Amino acid sequence: MIGDPDPASVGVADPVAESSAARDEKDALRPGIAAGSRLRLIGLLAAVAVLMGTIWLSLVVGAERIPLGDLWRALSSDENAHVHAVLWELRIPRTVTALVVGPALGVCGALIQAYTRNPLADPGILGVNAGAALAITLALGLTEITSPTGYVWFAFAGALIGTVLVYAAGSAGPGRPTPEKLTLAGVAIAAVLGGITQVLTLKNAQVFAGSLQWSIGSVGGRSLDLVGALAPFIAVGLGLAMLAAHPLNALALGEDLGRALGARVNSTRALTVVAVTLLAGGATAIAGPIGFVGLMVPHGVRWFTGPDQRWIIPCTAVASAILLIASDILGRIVLPTGELQVGLVTAFVGAPVLVVLARRRSAHGL
Amino acid sequence: MSIDFGRPTVTWRTPWTSGVVDVRTAVVLGVLVLVTVLLGLYSLTIGSFRLGLGEVVGALTGTGDDRARLLVVDWRLPRLLFALLSGIALAMAGAIFQSLTRNPLGSPDVIGFDAGSYAGASVVILLVGSTRYLDIAAGAVAGGLATAVAVYLLAYRRGVLGFRLIIVGIAVGAMLSSLTSYLMLRAGTQQAMSVAAWGAGSFSALGWEELRPFAAILACLIVLVLPLAAPLRQLELGDDSSRALGVAAERVRLAATVSGVALSALVTAAAGPIPFVALVSPQIAHRFLHRAQLALLPAAVTGAALLVAADAVAQLLTISTGLATVTVGGLYFLWLLVREYRRS
Repeated sequence: MIGDPDPASVGVADPVAESSAARDEKDALRPGIAAGSRLRLIGLLAAVAVLMGTIWLSLVVGAERIPLGDLWRALSSDENAHVHAVLWELRIPRTVTALVVGPALGVCGALIQAYTRNPLADPGILGVNAGAALAITLALGLTEITSPTGYVWFAFAGALIGTVLVYAAGSAGPGRPTPEKLTLAGVAIAAVLGGITQVLTLKNAQVFAGSLQWSIGSVGGRSLDLVGALAPFIAVGLGLAMLAAHPLNALALGEDLGRALGARVNSTRALTVVAVTLLAGGATAIAGPIGFVGLMVPHGVRWFTGPDQRWIIPCTAVASAILLIASDILGRIVLPTGELQVGLVTAFVGAPVLVVLARRRSAHGL
Repeated sequence: MSIDFGRPTVTWRTPWTSGVVDVRTAVVLGVLVLVTVLLGLYSLTIGSFRLGLGEVVGALTGTGDDRARLLVVDWRLPRLLFALLSGIALAMAGAIFQSLTRNPLGSPDVIGFDAGSYAGASVVILLVGSTRYLDIAAGAVAGGLATAVAVYLLAYRRGVLGFRLIIVGIAVGAMLSSLTSYLMLRAGTQQAMSVAAWGAGSFSALGWEELRPFAAILACLIVLVLPLAAPLRQLELGDDSSRALGVAAERVRLAATVSGVALSALVTAAAGPIPFVALVSPQIAHRFLHRAQLALLPAAVTGAALLVAADAVAQLLTISTGLATVTVGGLYFLWLLVREYRRS
């Protein structure tokens, strides 16, 4: 007899024990370590301070190290033209990119996890990456476009279409789109779109190279214009996420109870889906697929704030920005020459964290 | 006095044998076998040189002319048999993993096998610099098995639970595919494309020579897997219940994992990754049978039909088989899902 009372199996085997779904629900409602609003506010402010420090580090660390004291002078004047150019043309764009993409990914993950009440949900399952990849492949194959600035709108449109397709397939028939329906539809559509993408890329070396380049998420080499063009969509998505936070709290208790508490179930769901689509589509269009941020950050944050979405969402936004900028810095310094794309760094940092979490006793909460 | 199973069954009892056959299962199996045979005959007619159905049947029965015999028996039949047998192997692997993880998304990919074999093949092609068929196959199988073992061990904590297996598999798989992308990005486009071409999975380079060892190994594996069906079905009830019924849960799980991985390793070694068949076939079989228990045989026949169909589509569109399975299998799966949601 195995002594480890892991609820994932006990829930099925032992009728006396709670069902694993009930446990998950309970787990989702477990208070965080910051018991009061004041503590949470202090946590949020501390996170903002850390974010400031990370941004500063992101500006000075890299192949061209900028002495701490010289940052301000190098920013404002071009007496050292090289350092000035490095800052304004490389460091600032990539830091701003990470600052925009990080919160989008994290909040998107938090929303999907709250919406599906599935702690494993990740923006990737909603067909976002597959749709964007296919659109970019089409853009590379059928048009003269070769740069990220050129295909960003294709990526955005592809991500939106992918999400809409998954959502439409997942909500076919009566009844609401359950997490299972959405996940299965997401897997199927991602497979179909991915297969078509592969067929197209294998026929043309140039298209292949372009789509391979895109398939590793990165915040480097994106122009500020590109980020600025998509930032409004992400801003709207973040605003909608905050609007959905309060009713999502009520829905966390279950649909019926939520309705009894006065939450408008359908409009909350619609709001969440629109927010998720804008956030995931915008982030993926700018930076390509970046995994694990949307999966991990909301978990870490929930452990601190507890289950209140009104705290989870802003804290996740700040923490995801920190994580993404820090991963980007790590990618710059980890190799003796050259750099690792941030998508690779998050995968290599995120995967072991996920394994450790899965091995913990309370792994069912993941 | 017969037991009511809640579905039409046929019971027979003779002095030597007795048994119960579920009518629906029998009908579904019969229809699927028929469909597979018809699809197979059709796929023998297509190719760069089209043959009539009569010529194909003639060649198979030994009455046709030499040219038709060469085309059908020597060239096209091994490919068809490869598709058929690979379908059986993959579908069984998928059925085992879905039963093991109690999750409709379970498949050997779950334990990281596919990501591992892809990484193994890309290491052979990009770092070792070999494009020999056997080298790539060996690298792929080694990578896949090493990953499967790593995932199993990482998920092991006083026993392996399906849920933990899935999460660890996702994590390790994501890491390995990042690694593969990184290697491909660093290499030249030409080399990276040959990795991707292997990764698309194809039966087109395979002949009788490769088929014989493949079929022999598959037969051995099937003999090993079939006795696992009953304990696996009991394991679906949960660890405690199945232990009470006398199932050695951990041992069955290990045996099932090993044989499931071996089944898909065999196919990957021969043809490269053929995605989605393992995932979809058991699910389609469940929907035909109207029940969700492990059903090895129906899943296997469904897989055979599916892969034969996908291979025919691949030949018609001149794309590789793996890409056809993803697209065709994915679309079909989607259609099934939507139809089911409509009905419920």
